[in-house]
Amino acid sequence: MPANGSDNRPDPDALLERIQEEEQRARRGKLKVFFGASAGVGKTFAMLLAARQLRTQGLDVVAGIVETHGRTETAVLLEGLEKLPLKEIEYRERFIKEFDLDAALARRPALILVDELAHTNAPGSRHPKRWQDVNELLEAGIDVFTTVNVQHLESLNDVVGGITGIRVWETVPDHVFDEADEVVLVDLTPDELLKRLKEGKVYLPQQAKSAISNFFRKGNLIALRELALRRTADRVDEEMRAYRRAESVQPVWQTRDSLLVCVGAGPGGERAVRAASRIAAQLDVPWHAIYVETPRLQRLPKGARERILQTLKLAKDLGAETITLPGDDAADVTVAYARDHNLTKVVVGRDHEATFWRRSFAERLGRLAPDLDVIQVARERGPIQREERGAFSFHTQSPWPAYVWSAAICTAVTVLATPLRNWLELSNIVMLFLLAVMGVALRLGRGPAVLAAFLSVAFFDFFFVPPRLSFAVSDVQYLVTFAVMLTVALVVGQLMANLRFQAKVSMSREGRARALYEAARDLSAALLPQQIAEICGRFAERVFGAKAAIILPDAQDRLKDPAGTEGGVLAVDTGIAQWAFDHGEAAGLGTDTLPASPIFYLPLKAPMRTRGVLAIEPRQGEWLQIPEQRRLLDTFSTLVAIAIERVHYVEVAQDAVVKMESERLRNSVLAVLSHDLRTPLTALVGLSDTLGLTPLDSRQGGTVSAIREEAVRMSALVNNLLDMARLQSGEVKLNRQWQPVEEVVGSALKASTAALAGREVKVDLPDDLPFVEFDAVLIERVLCNLLENAGKYTPPQARIGIKAARKERTMEISVCDNGPGLPHGKEEALFDKFTRGRAESAVPGVGLGLAICRAIVEVHGGRIWAANAAPHGACFIFSLPLGSPPDLSVPPEADA
Amino acid sequence: MSEPVVILVEDEKQIRRFVHTALESEGCQVFEAETAARGLTEAGTRKPDLVILDLGLPDRDGVDFMRDLRSWSSVPVIVLSARSDETDKIAALDAGADDYLTKPFGVGELLARVRAMLRRRGLPGEGGGPLVEFGEIRMDRVSRIVTRQGEEVHLTPIEYRLLAYLVANAGKVLTHRQLLREVWGPSHVDSPHYLRVFMGNLRKKLEADPARPEHFLTESGLGYRFKP
Repeated sequence: MPANGSDNRPDPDALLERIQEEEQRARRGKLKVFFGASAGVGKTFAMLLAARQLRTQGLDVVAGIVETHGRTETAVLLEGLEKLPLKEIEYRERFIKEFDLDAALARRPALILVDELAHTNAPGSRHPKRWQDVNELLEAGIDVFTTVNVQHLESLNDVVGGITGIRVWETVPDHVFDEADEVVLVDLTPDELLKRLKEGKVYLPQQAKSAISNFFRKGNLIALRELALRRTADRVDEEMRAYRRAESVQPVWQTRDSLLVCVGAGPGGERAVRAASRIAAQLDVPWHAIYVETPRLQRLPKGARERILQTLKLAKDLGAETITLPGDDAADVTVAYARDHNLTKVVVGRDHEATFWRRSFAERLGRLAPDLDVIQVARERGPIQREERGAFSFHTQSPWPAYVWSAAICTAVTVLATPLRNWLELSNIVMLFLLAVMGVALRLGRGPAVLAAFLSVAFFDFFFVPPRLSFAVSDVQYLVTFAVMLTVALVVGQLMANLRFQAKVSMSREGRARALYEAARDLSAALLPQQIAEICGRFAERVFGAKAAIILPDAQDRLKDPAGTEGGVLAVDTGIAQWAFDHGEAAGLGTDTLPASPIFYLPLKAPMRTRGVLAIEPRQGEWLQIPEQRRLLDTFSTLVAIAIERVHYVEVAQDAVVKMESERLRNSVLAVLSHDLRTPLTALVGLSDTLGLTPLDSRQGGTVSAIREEAVRMSALVNNLLDMARLQSGEVKLNRQWQPVEEVVGSALKASTAALAGREVKVDLPDDLPFVEFDAVLIERVLCNLLENAGKYTPPQARIGIKAARKERTMEISVCDNGPGLPHGKEEALFDKFTRGRAESAVPGVGLGLAICRAIVEVHGGRIWAANAAPHGACFIFSLPLGSPPDLSVPPEADA
Repeated sequence: MSEPVVILVEDEKQIRRFVHTALESEGCQVFEAETAARGLTEAGTRKPDLVILDLGLPDRDGVDFMRDLRSWSSVPVIVLSARSDETDKIAALDAGADDYLTKPFGVGELLARVRAMLRRRGLPGEGGGPLVEFGEIRMDRVSRIVTRQGEEVHLTPIEYRLLAYLVANAGKVLTHRQLLREVWGPSHVDSPHYLRVFMGNLRKKLEADPARPEHFLTESGLGYRFKP
């Protein structure tokens, strides 16, 4: 038993699903359903009671819509709760008050009360059903309390209808109920309920009073109560099983077999789907609903096709995976699909009884696949409607001229054959007639072929079989000829017509495939969004006869106005398009969201993200319901989405190229600058020095040395700027070598002798320091900058200390002084470009030194930071990763 | 001693001008060349005591110039380089240049280097006599004994060879490659850590404060220089 099997073996998919579900639930609001057997049991009352209790605990509770039905006890409970104003919707010159979804979303309470989940919204609302409004509230993270009656559950709808004789049309899909976080059963015994009814405590609309009082019979109430209790028990059972699944940890992979329901053309389809939904729920397995479209079924009248689509939609609403499959033999296709998807149980309606020439569908399934369980669902009582018979068999679209042509061809054969009758055997004349029937079938279709078959027999009898010019027959043998001729003519006609039909179907399929192929080819060549929009418009016009537009988002994900519309302007509603884009779901015509719109909005989902919305306005709304068309449209939208994504990435790539170009330009500018700036600076320094060699008075000497100083400063500044630019462009190639820190400290100290101006430096390097891999020139630069800072910002008698020590996987080198220290809280900001410790400092500099240090240390994979030393003074510390040194040992040598 | 002859190969007029003035004030006879080709010709005809070579010449790169020059002359060469041409500088030193100056440089710096180079010229043979003294160290190149404050310092053969080579090229910038080739042999030019280990040992044995060396100076990214 699959249900038992899955109890103790969680499969990984299920676990993942559970985790995802939980994540989603955490973000979603919580739905609590107050569930009852019928009206009047006190659901609203219980809901209000619970809400009031939460409100006293300080929760933000708002009543979205609550029907008190004029009952005082309920109205009293509603008092003191914040009530959301209702929206008035004008419909056929009447104002209907409806729950205001947008106001609720804007108000964003923690909990909202929305009575009567099954309610159908007034036309023109965003969603046709209230449960869809509730879903959006939950999506927005708002908790919802609501009420449901058992008869409103989709899967039980027909059962309740059967018991009470009243079908209600306001239903809630079972998955909404099953996915509710909590269900509270509000129960009342039938006697109690009847008593309340008598006391007038149950609200009954005046006009339907008699019908409803029929409903409230004790028998009905008991049955409804049982259903409600059972459904609740099922739910609790499922919760229990889910809990056990979550707790059991067994690493066995178990494939879950599931359920397949075949939707047929008959009225039993809906019944079979509801039954399958119930069985699947009880077994806790996923289920599929398929419709196999055979050539025979393709010829169904429009009404029947629509019913099939309705049934499929019902299956989808009940949680099935639905698909339409083309094929010649429904049983073959069904079995193949079941095998492919590991479906071991097949539910079929008992559409027609087996006859001696034709086995029932269920029987054929059983013969084809003995390993499948076939469950037959009982037919509805009452005669099968007449419509079913003959509806498919003789219906053709052939117009009446085809019949005239058919008759004319038969007449022509008769006229042609008459002069030949002396030379030809009668059997050959029969052949001529058969040829004519075949021709008619091939050219004109099924109906005319049937007409031709009968006419042929009639003409043959009248004009050729002796006695001629009479329907009388001299030889009884001819009766056999007639019978065979008629049969052969009919069969040939049928076969030919089938052939013709199939050829037409495959031609139209090929046409669509070609159109899709061409669109794909064009899309792959498109370089601009406008081109994609044009291709889109062309394709929609050609394949669907519809107008189309593409709506693309801007950088902030707000949809812009449509990019180009083929064949006139499409009155796109950007609001709906935005909804479709944000939710990643189709909206508008033919969907659950704002179905009143004449335009269908399909989000363009590309591999990386949703790229925009495809808006389509078909000439007829129904074609969106045809699965084949929807599939084609989905395929096309995917192509368009990928094309848009590709175009997007082309733009990104172009940007990157431009960036690279500008980078290159910058580098060559830097190179030129560094040469052209340095040469005159060198000359300036050198020339002022040479001037200093000649005898000058003290003022002249001062000027000369000032010129020199400024030139040197300028040169340092240029060096810093160029280095910073080079480091930031990531262009610096590190000349990394394994070496002791000691060497670089020594060379830095030597280079900084002038900057330190005699300040005492204490070097503390342990003997056993390991080698570190770094670029000596750059690290020397870091040390020089730090020493130079220490020289600049400390009094002349200050002491400076350089220390290096191993810290875990890094080498830490610090340069500390006992000067005035750093401004508190600005330690980190010092490393920013053009930042100086004290803005108004008289010490020259632009604040690039530390930024360069940081850039250098970071390209080495290290870190640099500053801190204040105790009792006073500044400390700059940088760390370099030790890495894993290669073999640095030196071969031993013999002593001299 | 006659006036030392210096050839200045530099394409920038203003730099030529101040270097020329500075050298003349030092008592040198200066010949200018704007291009490498002209510089080589001058070097061939003037019998210079020193060549000052800018690495950013328009017609030829400095390394080429050095190779050409070194094929027939051992005249001391000081190269002038901008900060960004680190690799050119190393290549020129590897090819036999003796010292370098990074732009911008002052006259004082320039003259100090020039004097050091010219002083080497005056010494008979490479590095002078068998006895060398620097700081507290005394080195006898005949008996291969090194003493510090009169006490003998024990050196391994490689340490001694390294020291001897450094002393023989006093004042010159010696690249890692050159030192490895001369002390360890051509097969060890790619093991710079040998050199760093031995240099560290020499400093410990011969420097007063190994972290702040006085004689065995590090030229970051280039090599070492021995300063007596």
